[in-house]
Amino acid sequence: MSNKMKMATKNMTFHYGAFKALDDITLEFRENQVTALIGPSGCGKSTFLRSLNRMNDIIPAARVEGQVLLDGEDVYGPNVDVVEIRKRVGMVFQKPNPFPKTIFNDVAYGLRIKGIKNRGELQARVEASLKAAAIWDEVKDRLNESALSLSGGQQQRLCIARALAIEPEVVLMDEPASALDPIATQKIEELIRELKKSYTIIIVTHNMQQAARISNITAFFYMGRLIEVDKTETIFTKPSLKQTEDYITGRFG
Amino acid sequence: MNRAQKRRIGEYLIEKWFLFLATISIIVLALIVAFLFKEGIPIFKSVSVGDFLFGQLWYPTDEPADFGILPLIVGSLIVTAVSSMIAVPLGVLSAIYISEIARPSVKEILKPVVELLAALPSVVIGFFGMVVMAPFLQKVFDIPTGLNIVNASIMLAMMAVPTISSLTEDALHAVRRELREASLALGATQWETISRVVVPASLSGACTAVILGMSRAIGETMVVLMVAGGAAAIPESIFDSVRPMPASIAAEMGEAPFRSDHYYALFATGIVLFFMTLGFNLIADYISHKYKQVGTATL
Amino acid sequence: MDFRQKRKLVEAIAFFIIRSSAVIICLALAIMLGFLFVKGYRAINWTFLTQPPMDAMTRGGIFPAIVGTFYLTLGAILVAFPLGVASAIYLNEYAIEGRMVRTIRLGINNLAGVPSVVFGLFGLGLFVVFLGFGSSILSGSLTLGFLILPVIIGASEEALKAVPQTYREASLALGGTKWQTIYRVVLPAALPGILTGSILGIGRAAGETAPIMFTAAAFYTSKLPSSIFDEVMALPYHIYVLATAGTHIEETRHLQYGTALVLIALVLGVNLVAIIMRTRMRRKQTY
Repeated sequence: MSNKMKMATKNMTFHYGAFKALDDITLEFRENQVTALIGPSGCGKSTFLRSLNRMNDIIPAARVEGQVLLDGEDVYGPNVDVVEIRKRVGMVFQKPNPFPKTIFNDVAYGLRIKGIKNRGELQARVEASLKAAAIWDEVKDRLNESALSLSGGQQQRLCIARALAIEPEVVLMDEPASALDPIATQKIEELIRELKKSYTIIIVTHNMQQAARISNITAFFYMGRLIEVDKTETIFTKPSLKQTEDYITGRFG
Repeated sequence: MNRAQKRRIGEYLIEKWFLFLATISIIVLALIVAFLFKEGIPIFKSVSVGDFLFGQLWYPTDEPADFGILPLIVGSLIVTAVSSMIAVPLGVLSAIYISEIARPSVKEILKPVVELLAALPSVVIGFFGMVVMAPFLQKVFDIPTGLNIVNASIMLAMMAVPTISSLTEDALHAVRRELREASLALGATQWETISRVVVPASLSGACTAVILGMSRAIGETMVVLMVAGGAAAIPESIFDSVRPMPASIAAEMGEAPFRSDHYYALFATGIVLFFMTLGFNLIADYISHKYKQVGTATL
Repeated sequence: MDFRQKRKLVEAIAFFIIRSSAVIICLALAIMLGFLFVKGYRAINWTFLTQPPMDAMTRGGIFPAIVGTFYLTLGAILVAFPLGVASAIYLNEYAIEGRMVRTIRLGINNLAGVPSVVFGLFGLGLFVVFLGFGSSILSGSLTLGFLILPVIIGASEEALKAVPQTYREASLALGGTKWQTIYRVVLPAALPGILTGSILGIGRAAGETAPIMFTAAAFYTSKLPSSIFDEVMALPYHIYVLATAGTHIEETRHLQYGTALVLIALVLGVNLVAIIMRTRMRRKQTY
């Protein structure tokens, strides 16, 4: 673990109203690594992911305690602009969610709301993002067609391109392949391996083989607690806790 | 001031601006009350509240004038009651048909029919009552005039039915499918399922629908203006003419001298009418919140 | 007759009654439209639609009334559309459920229930008298505008609710502010629905009589309005006047039927457009 630390949480606790969804989570994420968050449904891993870019702010009764650090600065600090945080920490959702716009305008959306109006610059950056998301060849001749006309796997790569267009530092992925077929899933996994060369990636996944294939670090969540975190091969070959082993070997969850 | 701060202030101002625009409905409602009172209260310098509400004589242009609106109130209540007797069964039953029995293709015709009925301008319904229904009633029942309670009630019912039907249908629609399936699986017929499970489960919604339909009938103007006959007297039979409150206001406001007692009295009648419908609406609102259907919890 | 047969019979009777109610409603609409059409269509010709009334309104056309209804309806929608959409945006996008929202909704519901003749009194008191706009297009449009405000709010809210939450999340996650998200993503997606609902508001405004009786409508004027402070004729009021207040009620029957038919064609046409648009949209909606 020699890479520079990019993000971290320190004693983070999360409440939905009176319900404590996450309890005292301390975890680090390093540059150019893929960290996988695994655990059974309802264990809090998605909630955790959505706290990192403050997407949970839109839930009225949500409350965060402890710290979430991005380059050492608290994301929930009093003078922090949540919009800036979300530009630096991109997110890809479980179900592909392109806007009902053209492919070009979909990817250009984030650039436009940053105030970029120059057509040439927009075109260059849209193309670069689509290439980075490995979908350029499939859509380069149909940039003015609706994004909704793409297949599910293509839509998801489009959403990744859209997230990459605004040049985030961290990319959060919430089960990005769970709604896709095996071939589309394979493409997304290849893409993630490619992307880690430039980004810090944190991915929630239900699929343990997927975590084993693509991640460097794996963190196991259960009932709102972080049970164990280690190098992925260690977690999958000789986990230090029995609870982790039981989950990984499919004995529960 | 940096960009982020500017943006945050901008966002704050936008939100407050929208909040302000959203409160305009309340402001308008308050203005309605304010202006009804401003122009209506002066009548009570000439007539006491009791004499106004319970006086049996409405002769606003006589010398001296009588401003008792009891005949108008009774007129409003009676046409509303009679029209409900027609509109409630029609509205509720048609909703049951649309929601529970009709095939999808029939449904696709019936729903627009109900909507179009709701869209008919009241003056057109009133006109129909005048030129078609009135002569018809006159002939069939051999009565001196077809412009009476029965005619007005039938026409008002046409206006209340769409309200009752579409709101009841919403309530029926909200009943979960599992509940129907549970009943059918126990060997109940479709009618037993509808009458013992589905309708009870949507009762509060249906009540709200009925009250709002009645509220629409009591406040409706053109129909009663054109069809009810206009006699400002307490009726003795359902073939008598009446002069419900909205009709009185609409018919007389054009002739009442500006800020005369008559003018004030018409605004004061507006106050009574406003609070009657407000009462109906508040009751409907109360029922729909109190017995809010959370899933299938209200049987 | 055994128990099972009896249950079947009860069901058959009940269904018969229920079906009849639906048939009665269809018949009522058909009879009304049928009568008006059969008696009215002969009155409608080019002269009727393009000429002012003549000879104390016993001959001639209804052109000024068509123009007047057009202006009043246009004015009403100009008042109600921005206010209605803005209210819906606040309620659906910004507001957190609580006392404030509850109060606003109660206000909207009760505004929707205010009798149309009371709107007329309100318009008379506020716009005509207090603000001194007189009986005019302006007063009538404002009155009608507030009358249809709840319709526009309801339709807009429904359209905003139908926009998938994932669109909002995607925009926020890309660093969009709340307003950017609403303006660039939510509103464009909701616009077809909002417009459809607003068309229903137009139909309502065009057909209302009582609110404009004291605030805008002229008994008779042959000249077309030249400013928003002019009185106008309007189709619904014209029907009422011809049918009840003329000196030749029986002789002008065909004009009354004709005017009613024009008004109905206008209002139902507008509603049919909205219904068809909505059906199309539902089929097209991919979310």
